[in-house]
Amino acid sequence: MIAIIKYNAGNITSVQNAVRRLGYDSIVTNDPQALRAAEKVIFPGVGEASSAMNYLTERGLDQVIKSLEQPVLGICLGLQLMCLESEEGSTSCLGIFDTKVKRFNDAELVPHMGWNSIKNLRSSLFNTLEEGDDTYFVHSYYAEISRDTSAICEYSVVFSAALEKQNFYATQFHPEKSAGIGEQILNNFLKL
Amino acid sequence: MLKKRIIPCLDIKDGRTVKGINFESIKDAGDPIELARRYVSEGADELVFLDITATVEKRKTLVDLVKNISKEIDIPFTVGGGINCVEDVESIISAGADKVSINSSAVKRPKLIREIADRFGSQCVVLAIDTKFIDNEWIVFVNGGRTATELRTTSWAKTVTELGAGEILLTSMNNDGTKDGFALPIVEEVSELVNVPVIASGGAGSMQDFKDLFSQTRATAGLAASIFHYNEIPIQALKTYLKTNEIPVRCR
Repeated sequence: MIAIIKYNAGNITSVQNAVRRLGYDSIVTNDPQALRAAEKVIFPGVGEASSAMNYLTERGLDQVIKSLEQPVLGICLGLQLMCLESEEGSTSCLGIFDTKVKRFNDAELVPHMGWNSIKNLRSSLFNTLEEGDDTYFVHSYYAEISRDTSAICEYSVVFSAALEKQNFYATQFHPEKSAGIGEQILNNFLKL
Repeated sequence: MLKKRIIPCLDIKDGRTVKGINFESIKDAGDPIELARRYVSEGADELVFLDITATVEKRKTLVDLVKNISKEIDIPFTVGGGINCVEDVESIISAGADKVSINSSAVKRPKLIREIADRFGSQCVVLAIDTKFIDNEWIVFVNGGRTATELRTTSWAKTVTELGAGEILLTSMNNDGTKDGFALPIVEEVSELVNVPVIASGGAGSMQDFKDLFSQTRATAGLAASIFHYNEIPIQALKTYLKTNEIPVRCR
């Protein structure tokens, strides 16, 4: 069973539909036991960092997520919450990845929205992808490049398009909205 | 590099895709889900579904249709038509849409833009502006292009971004359905003025029209309906053409 973490950030429906299209059942839950028992955990989210962290902390989910041992995939805000801290609402985050989240300050248009190339791919999530494949992004904050960076993207700065450390994986882009390329990435994760 | 987006628009009436010319004379153009699926396979970057009867006949956009689209479609999509309050947005977003498009209801009550942006984020709010060039001025129209307002297009565009709109979908009623090309001057004027992406709509009739749009204005996306519906311009061919002409587009 695939567990999708339920918290105060949408758009969970799209993730659930994408997982279903690949032939997997999923549950949307904030129950620590169900999360620990799942084969894989997906931590999605479109939302605001500080209110999302508050929600997780109030329910003890911050500790639960950090202690998960199965493969975990953070998406978008999920990725950002797995970093050390975020400039959005000066939020202290989960600290799984050794990097900080900053706002795009020099970009002409914010949010960074649309299809952009991902490069320097080094993760089993990207098996069968090509350097420079396009994925769909919507975000105003980004994770800086770090030793956990597993793909990069450029939008006024070079930032982490994906991060990976042990059983924790994360993408800043939305695989569930990235057509065939995204489907391949999700499938690679679900097959880990 | 961030790519320029090609966005097919599906006008929906009673659950079917339709296309009008200059906002009138509606004709049937097929099953929306089937079309949407085809567009995704052809390489469309996003989709827009507009329930064109919703405002006029006070109908709510069909949440069931949105749910079915979300089950089938793995690219971002926007749903518009008859959205009047935060609760309408909630039902559309929780059914699986990525963004909502609002138009007449924002003119009636501009604060709605702020309410939606606060709740769901600016990236969720596509502000649709239907505009017509009258007496040397671009004027905002509402109710599916039936009613003129007092608003000038540029000042309304500025207002809506200050209120939290994350994107502007700008349709020139003069160009819509003519296939004579996009209304480049007003597209550029609005794109230069605001710091959110502008989707240009109305008038696309050839691949050259898209090249002109992206090389002569700051629009980040081009939207069209009938030329894609009837396959007059196959999306794949359009993208190959744009790439050859050094416009950054997604091709795989």
